[in-house]
Amino acid sequence: MFKILDAQFIAPNIKRFVIQAPRIARKHQPGQFVIVRLYEQGERIPLTIERSRPEQGTINIVVQSVGKTTHLLNSLQAGDSILDVVGPLGKPSEIVNFGTVVIMGGGVGTAMAYPTAAALKRAGNRVISIVGGRSKDLVILEPEMREVSDALMITTDDGSYADKGLVTDKLRQLIENGTLIDLVLAVGPIPMMRAVAEMTRKENIRTIVSLNSIMIDGTGMCGGCRVLVDGHSEFACVDGPEFDAHRVDFDVLIQRNSMYRAAEKSSMEAFQRDPSVSVEQVHREQEKACLAEGVGR
Amino acid sequence: MTTPTKPPLKKSSNPLPNRDRYKLPRQHMPEQLPEQRATRFTEVNLGYSTELARQEALRCLECAKPTCTDNCPVGVKVREFVQLIVDGDFLGAAAKIREDNVLPAITGRVCPQEDHCEGGCLLCKKGESLGIGYLERFVADYEQQHMDKNKILKAPPTGKKVAIVGSGPSGLTAAGDLVQRGHEVHVFEALHEIGGVLVYGIPEFRLPKNIIREQVDYMRAMGVRFENDVVVGRTVTINELLEEEGYDAVFIGTGAGAPQFMGIPGEHLNGVYSANEFLTRINLMHAYEFPNFDEPILDFRGKPVAVIGGGNTALDAIRSALRLGAGHASVLYRRSEAEMPARKEEVKHAREEGIDFQMLTAPVEFLSDGNGWLRSARCVRMELGESDASGRRRPVPIAGSDFEMPLAVAIIAIGTSANPIIQTTTPGLNTNKRGYIQADESTQRTSRKGVFAGGDIVTGSATVILAMGAGRRAARSIHEYLVTGAW
Repeated sequence: MFKILDAQFIAPNIKRFVIQAPRIARKHQPGQFVIVRLYEQGERIPLTIERSRPEQGTINIVVQSVGKTTHLLNSLQAGDSILDVVGPLGKPSEIVNFGTVVIMGGGVGTAMAYPTAAALKRAGNRVISIVGGRSKDLVILEPEMREVSDALMITTDDGSYADKGLVTDKLRQLIENGTLIDLVLAVGPIPMMRAVAEMTRKENIRTIVSLNSIMIDGTGMCGGCRVLVDGHSEFACVDGPEFDAHRVDFDVLIQRNSMYRAAEKSSMEAFQRDPSVSVEQVHREQEKACLAEGVGR
Repeated sequence: MTTPTKPPLKKSSNPLPNRDRYKLPRQHMPEQLPEQRATRFTEVNLGYSTELARQEALRCLECAKPTCTDNCPVGVKVREFVQLIVDGDFLGAAAKIREDNVLPAITGRVCPQEDHCEGGCLLCKKGESLGIGYLERFVADYEQQHMDKNKILKAPPTGKKVAIVGSGPSGLTAAGDLVQRGHEVHVFEALHEIGGVLVYGIPEFRLPKNIIREQVDYMRAMGVRFENDVVVGRTVTINELLEEEGYDAVFIGTGAGAPQFMGIPGEHLNGVYSANEFLTRINLMHAYEFPNFDEPILDFRGKPVAVIGGGNTALDAIRSALRLGAGHASVLYRRSEAEMPARKEEVKHAREEGIDFQMLTAPVEFLSDGNGWLRSARCVRMELGESDASGRRRPVPIAGSDFEMPLAVAIIAIGTSANPIIQTTTPGLNTNKRGYIQADESTQRTSRKGVFAGGDIVTGSATVILAMGAGRRAARSIHEYLVTGAW
C-alpha cells in the first residue's frame, strides 16, 4: 500500500499525486517510470514519475484521465492509497553535456520530459524547451520547465494560449534559424513524436523519444510492450522507454497500442455509467488491504 | 564422539505381502469430465479421498533402497510418508514431507513425477508406478484442512538475516529451509502476488491460486516476511541489501525471465503473444474474468488459436485458450510427441479436452490481415534428422511442405532467456555466455561473497522441482556460511 499524501489537478483531467514510496524515491532517475495497480481487480499501467524527493521519501506522478484506470486513479485524493506502485522501471535517460538540447513535451508528456530536462540543465547543457498542448488548459508544468530551460517556447493547437500551432512548428523555426542542435528529446502523443522524428531525420539530429506501449509486469518478463526498433523487437520496459526516434517503427507502436481498444471502450463505458461503484470498490479494497497489512501482507 | 547410525527401517503396518501389492491397480485420480473442464478454469484433478489414498499407499513396496527418494531433487522420504498414510497418520505424513519439501501441495500437483520419484519406482517394472504425486497432494491438502497453524513451531533466532530475491519455487524453498534453521528471512517479489511462476505461469486449472496462498501463509506463520513490489536491481540493489540493509546473505531466485521470440516475420502483429504475456494476463491478472477484473484479453471465442512449443508452458497456454472459447486450439511442435518435454498427464488431459496436436510442424511467418492483425501462419512440416546438443533428434524442414494455417491468435512458448536486471546492477556477479548467473552446482555460491543463486536464473528454463532442489541446496550452504562465516 502506497499512501497518497497530496493530489491536485494541474489541468482538467491531469492530476499530480505525491505518493509515499521511499524506496522508489531513493532510486529514481530521470527517464524512469512506475507501474501501478489500484486495487485487487485492477490492471497494471505504467505512469510517469515527474519528480522524486528522496529525503522525504516521496515521488510525484502525473496522470491524465484516458481510460477507466486513469479516471479511477484521478478520482482518488490525499489520504487514499494505491495498492501497488513498482519502480523505478526502465533505463534512465542518458545525462551528459551534449551541448544544445531541445526538450519537447506534448500534453502530459511534458511531465516525463521535465526531470530529464532538469538533469540535462544541471549537466551543463543549453536547454531549449518547447511545450505544447491542444489548448491553454493542457499546457502543463510551465513554471517548472521555465526554471530548467534557457529558453521556453509554448504552443497551443487552438491558439488559446501563447503561439498557435504545433511544437514541431517551433522546432522547424529553430532549425531554419540555424540553431545548432545536438539532441532532441520528444515526449508526447505518438503522432507528435513521429513528426519530430521525421523532421530531425532529414537534419541528422540525434533524437530520443520515450515510448508508452502497453505493459504488464514492467520488468521484461512478459514481452507485451515490445516495439519494433530497426526491424527487431525490443521491450519498452527494460530496453527503453527511451529509444532512438529514427529507428522506431511508429506504425507498429500505434497498431499494438490499439490492441485492446474494444475492451478499453467497454470498461470505460461501464465505469462512466456509475463511477461511484468503482470508487467504492477501490475504497473497500484499500480497507481490506490495510487490515491485511496489519498482519503483514 | 559417536558415529551417527542410520535409524532402523520402521516396521510397516501394511498387511499385504509384496506379491499382492503388485496386483493392486494404481488408483485413478478423480477428475472433472473433459467436456466440463474445457469451458472453465477450475482445477481438473479433484484429489484422492482418504480411502483412495490408503488404497494407493498399500501398493508401496517399501524398498530398502528407495530409488524414489534418490530421484527426488529435494529428497522427499517417500517410503516413510507413504507408511504414515498406511498407518492413517496423515498429519504425520505431511510433517514427514515437510522435512524436505516446504511446498508439498504445489509439487504434488505440478512436478513431472514420471521423471523423478515415480520414474524410479520398482512397481513400474510390472505395471504402473506408485501414485506418489497424488499421495503427496493428498496429504498436503489434508494438512491444510486439518492442521492448526498456531502450532507451527518457530526455531530459536540465530540473529542472522537473509534476503531472498524472487518468490518462485527456488526462493520459497530456500526461505522455508532457512527460517526453519532460525534465520530471519525476507522475501522480495517484483509482482503484486507471491509465488513467481507458480502464480503468473501456471493456470488455475492445474494449480489453484488459493493453494499457493495457503502454502505462503504457512510460511508466514513460520516467520518468513514478504515484501511485494520490489524489483531488485531497480528498487534496491544487491549491494544495498548487503551493505546498507544489513542482510548477511542474499539468495537470487529470479527465474528465467525474458520470453524468447522466434525472430520470424510478423511477430509484432496484434494477436501474437508470448506465452509469458498470455499466461500473465490470464493467471496473475485474471483477464479471463474480464470485466470483473480490469486487465483485458483478446476475444478468443470461436477463433482458431495455436501455441508454438511442446513444454508445460505451451500446454498451459493452449488449454487456457480453449477455456477462453477458442474454436480450434492446436499445438504446433517442431519435433515429434516423443520429444515433447511436457508432463505426460498434461498431454493426456489436453488431448481429452480436444486440443489438436500438430507434431513436426513449425511456423515460418505470421501473416497480417492488412490492418496489423494476425490472419494466418505459414507453416512447414519437419522431419527428424541427426541428434543435436540436447540429445534429441534435430527437426529439419521438408522442402515444399509449406501450408497456410488460419489463426487469430498465436502464442509463442519456445522458452525464455536470462533477464539481465540483477546481473547488470550487481558488480562482480559473474554470468555465463547466455547471461545466466554462474553458481556452483552443489553450493549455489556465486562469484560474489554472500550471494547465492539458483533455479532458472542459473540453469535456464527448467521445472518447479529442479528450482526447489536448487533452493534447498542454497539454504544448506547459506546456513553453513552464516554459521561459519567461511566463504
